[in-house]
Amino acid sequence: MSERLAEPPRDDAPPSAHRSPDDEAARIPHLSWQSGDVLVGRSVTIDRPREELYAFWRNFENLPKFMHSIQRVTVIDAIRSRWRIEAPAGKSVEWQSTITSDQPGRLIAWESDEGAHLRNSGSVEFKESPEGRGTVVTVTLAYDPPGGALGQLIAKLYHKEPNIQARRDLRRFKQLMETGEVAIAAAPRSN
Amino acid sequence: MRALTWHGKHDVRVDTVPDPQIVNARDAIIRITSTAICGSDLHLYDHTIPTLEAGDVLGHEFMGEVVEVGPGNSKLKVGQRVVVPFVIACGECFFCKKQQFAACDNSNPAETADMSEFLYGYPMTGAFGYSHLTGGYAGGQAEYARVPYSDVGPIVIPDGVEDEKVLFLSDILPTGWMAAVNCDIQPEEVVAVWGCGPVGLFAIQSAFALGAHRVIAIDHYPHRLELARSMGAETINFEESNVREALVEMTGGIGPDACIDAVGMESHGVTADSVMDKVKAAVKLVTDETHGLRQVIIACRKGGRVSIPGVYGGVTDKFPIGAMMEKGLSIKSGQTHVQKYMPDLLKLILDGKLDTTFLISHRMSLEEAPQGYRMFKEQQNTVTKVVLKPDGIVRH
Repeated sequence: MSERLAEPPRDDAPPSAHRSPDDEAARIPHLSWQSGDVLVGRSVTIDRPREELYAFWRNFENLPKFMHSIQRVTVIDAIRSRWRIEAPAGKSVEWQSTITSDQPGRLIAWESDEGAHLRNSGSVEFKESPEGRGTVVTVTLAYDPPGGALGQLIAKLYHKEPNIQARRDLRRFKQLMETGEVAIAAAPRSN
Repeated sequence: MRALTWHGKHDVRVDTVPDPQIVNARDAIIRITSTAICGSDLHLYDHTIPTLEAGDVLGHEFMGEVVEVGPGNSKLKVGQRVVVPFVIACGECFFCKKQQFAACDNSNPAETADMSEFLYGYPMTGAFGYSHLTGGYAGGQAEYARVPYSDVGPIVIPDGVEDEKVLFLSDILPTGWMAAVNCDIQPEEVVAVWGCGPVGLFAIQSAFALGAHRVIAIDHYPHRLELARSMGAETINFEESNVREALVEMTGGIGPDACIDAVGMESHGVTADSVMDKVKAAVKLVTDETHGLRQVIIACRKGGRVSIPGVYGGVTDKFPIGAMMEKGLSIKSGQTHVQKYMPDLLKLILDGKLDTTFLISHRMSLEEAPQGYRMFKEQQNTVTKVVLKPDGIVRH
């Protein structure tokens, strides 16, 4: 009788912290992962009820208030929206996205439509903090890093480390929801 | 407005810069009546803190009159006199709700939070006039300052109380106080304080107020040691005496129960390791000169407490980790939760139980600020505290 040893369970760290996220990303729910995509994952705890955070985020036109790389999001209908990011030299990049899962108070997932210049998919999840510290908001994103001028723009926006933009966006979301404003130095200075 | 701006190592100038504006709803604009040069400003002056940019307005100890209040602040009123904490804290986040205001998670703008998150694992809190690591907020060595979250930080001062009695609530008084609180002082205990600059002197005063039986002050400037003695401390001049030997003998072989490092980086020293620190810092092998802290850890008694209000920013080597572990030391440190301590300290001042005005050695106009920096840097024996008067009213 041969007994096959079960594969030892992986640790409890999230896929985005894995040393080779490619192995993990395909298993993440709500993510249309393709090999070669960049995976971004980031969590933040916000001391507000998850329903409130979900409602603010679900109105996509609010997003540019804290996602500073996004110039405008136009809501087309209940599930479709148009996204626009500003590019150097007065240009811009636009694509259309569709909500693939919407669980009020818990989760929003989306995916760019066929033919988007910036193929991407992602989700934002709202979970009550197990320690009673508010809501843990987790953003998971996968995108296909494009080449050419658009690629350069994306690299610039994402500072070569894709987590940075997500990190900044989530910090601003936290600031806005907890304090009602986005922190800014606005320092007068001499030239 | 006129403001003291940083342009490079040992190059600060008073320039005309745009007046600050209300940007967010909870902001207020303060017309500054008194502002001080802090010992930690000398780290900026010496350019040992990174991420300063030419033109940055410095200063994080200031007070003044409220001249404008944003629509989101229903607490402050135009005309009120306030002291402003150097730590910018939102009052709403996990840390602020635990009164760990110096760990506020929201006040450092998202763009400037990256570097300290990379350096320290989590982003630092915003602060006035203290590099872009802490947000790049303009400081208070100026005629006016914009104060974010002004419904949380500024504390209102009753009419008739002079600026100089309360100005140090902005930083150094709560910093000295928290340094002593972090020592967890028990009755009959001996506290040793390294550094008799403003924070060290306030730590001595606070240690006595919190029940220390004896305080031993360590420095090499005779005038500063004299100030420490006038507050009831015993003194050790490290240029004249071996500090550890002296502390062992002065405590009957047991050692001080709690030790405060009120020096921070750039500590002076006359021993071999401090010379090596300077050499290594010069060739960028280590960033912080920590001779003083090593001595603190070696001198502390077994099972004692070490409190570090002195500022450090980078990494160091030759850290006596063995002494720390084998002796079972407890170490507490950190930027000061100013907002937490301000109300009680203001009450002690108003009740006449705490006086901080003895510290002020020089009063100057804002225009004289560059000279003030130079004097504070070069004449540490006699220049104990420089207060600037941006409204031009200087009483020498």
